[in-house]
Amino acid sequence: MASSRDDFVIAIRSAFLKKKDKQKFSLLSLIFLSIFIIILSSLDFKIIKIVKSGINEIIYRSSFFISIPENKIKDINKQFKIHFKIYDNYQNIQSELKFLKQEKLLNSFLKQENKKLKKLMNESIGSDEIIAKVLIDKESPFLKSIILNKGSRDKVKIGMAIVDGTYLVGKIIEVNFTNSRALLLTDFNSKIPVILEPLGIQAIASGVGKDYGNIQYSREKYKESFKTNEVIVYTSGLGNLFKPGMPVGKILKDNRSRIDFFSDFSQLEYVKISSYNFKGSD
Amino acid sequence: MSSLNKLSFSTTFYSYLPIAILFLSVFNEFDFNFLNIEYFSFNFIYIFIFFWTLKNPNHLGYFSIFIAGIINDVVVGMPIGLSSFCYLLICALTAYLRNITLSPNFIKDWFFFLLIILLINSIQVLVLDLIFLIEISYIRYLVNTGFTFIFYPVFLLLFNILNQKIPSSA
Repeated sequence: MASSRDDFVIAIRSAFLKKKDKQKFSLLSLIFLSIFIIILSSLDFKIIKIVKSGINEIIYRSSFFISIPENKIKDINKQFKIHFKIYDNYQNIQSELKFLKQEKLLNSFLKQENKKLKKLMNESIGSDEIIAKVLIDKESPFLKSIILNKGSRDKVKIGMAIVDGTYLVGKIIEVNFTNSRALLLTDFNSKIPVILEPLGIQAIASGVGKDYGNIQYSREKYKESFKTNEVIVYTSGLGNLFKPGMPVGKILKDNRSRIDFFSDFSQLEYVKISSYNFKGSD
Repeated sequence: MSSLNKLSFSTTFYSYLPIAILFLSVFNEFDFNFLNIEYFSFNFIYIFIFFWTLKNPNHLGYFSIFIAGIINDVVVGMPIGLSSFCYLLICALTAYLRNITLSPNFIKDWFFFLLIILLINSIQVLVLDLIFLIEISYIRYLVNTGFTFIFYPVFLLLFNILNQKIPSSA
């Protein structure tokens, strides 16, 4: 009994402390070092932030260059898919174009009317936009984020909105000197205030770690008040972080708690980093 | 003379290949995400570190694994040091397995690997969820663990071929 315990202790001691011929560091010392780094990274000291930012800068750039072959494979895969669907897409686009031309006429009238009403209410929203390239879009199975090539040097700040065309796709959560990380709407930790139109119901759009989102914290009965086949999800502008009325996604009648995002997060190449100045909103 | 040069080049090439693969995979996140298969993901690096630290630890230094962990954390966006800690824990457990094993057995190794990845992923979930308050999907972690376990024999075959090409003196 005592000898088997001795064997166990010897095996453990040998595993943690003994250095092999070509190992320069013992496992135990490196394990302690990584625990020390985890503790340091959770602290909010300026010097740690600077070091962390420096490490991020180097690794993001290196990862971008090393990912070039993989990105090429992704592009080829995408091109193949597009090529095979080209005829069907053409037919769909033709009918969509016809519909959109009609909608455009109606929208331009509404736009003008909206402008006049806002002027009457003395409310305006100014915005600053920065165009950024997506350096890395490593959507890990657990965290959904992208790295952008604009950082504090370009006046990017935490909380700024990430927009793909006119669609909201996420917000900035980490800023380094020349690059930044944006959390996508699909991430579990993403929660944004939205409004469901034409129902006019306020809710929270939450990511679920997949390519769609969920509606949370809304009135229980919103599912019963569906009158149209689809409901459009827009940002509500509550909290003054995002501009109200930015399209996020749509909810279909068949699955009333699921948001199908308008933007395809796996295809982001260039995005806009936007910040908004709200005047007279109170 | 020429054959001697050739031999030394291939020896050097193969002996550094495990480290090169390790760093390429952390920088590149070898995860087949672009296939867009729902829930499908596996942790190549866990399989890789488990195999090399168990079968041929001289070609994968602990310090390289530590650095690879730091890089992985930065690329994926996890708290810095967490992956290093998990990778080194795999090294410690494989070193323990090596010390207590007299005759290696594939099935034993495979199930020991399952225990290790369950332990490592549990630690990671606990740290992310309880300490850093980052919300994560438990199901995804579980599915990832399952696929990583299933893929082990496939990569074992590939790594065994590579391991045989590395001369023992290198």
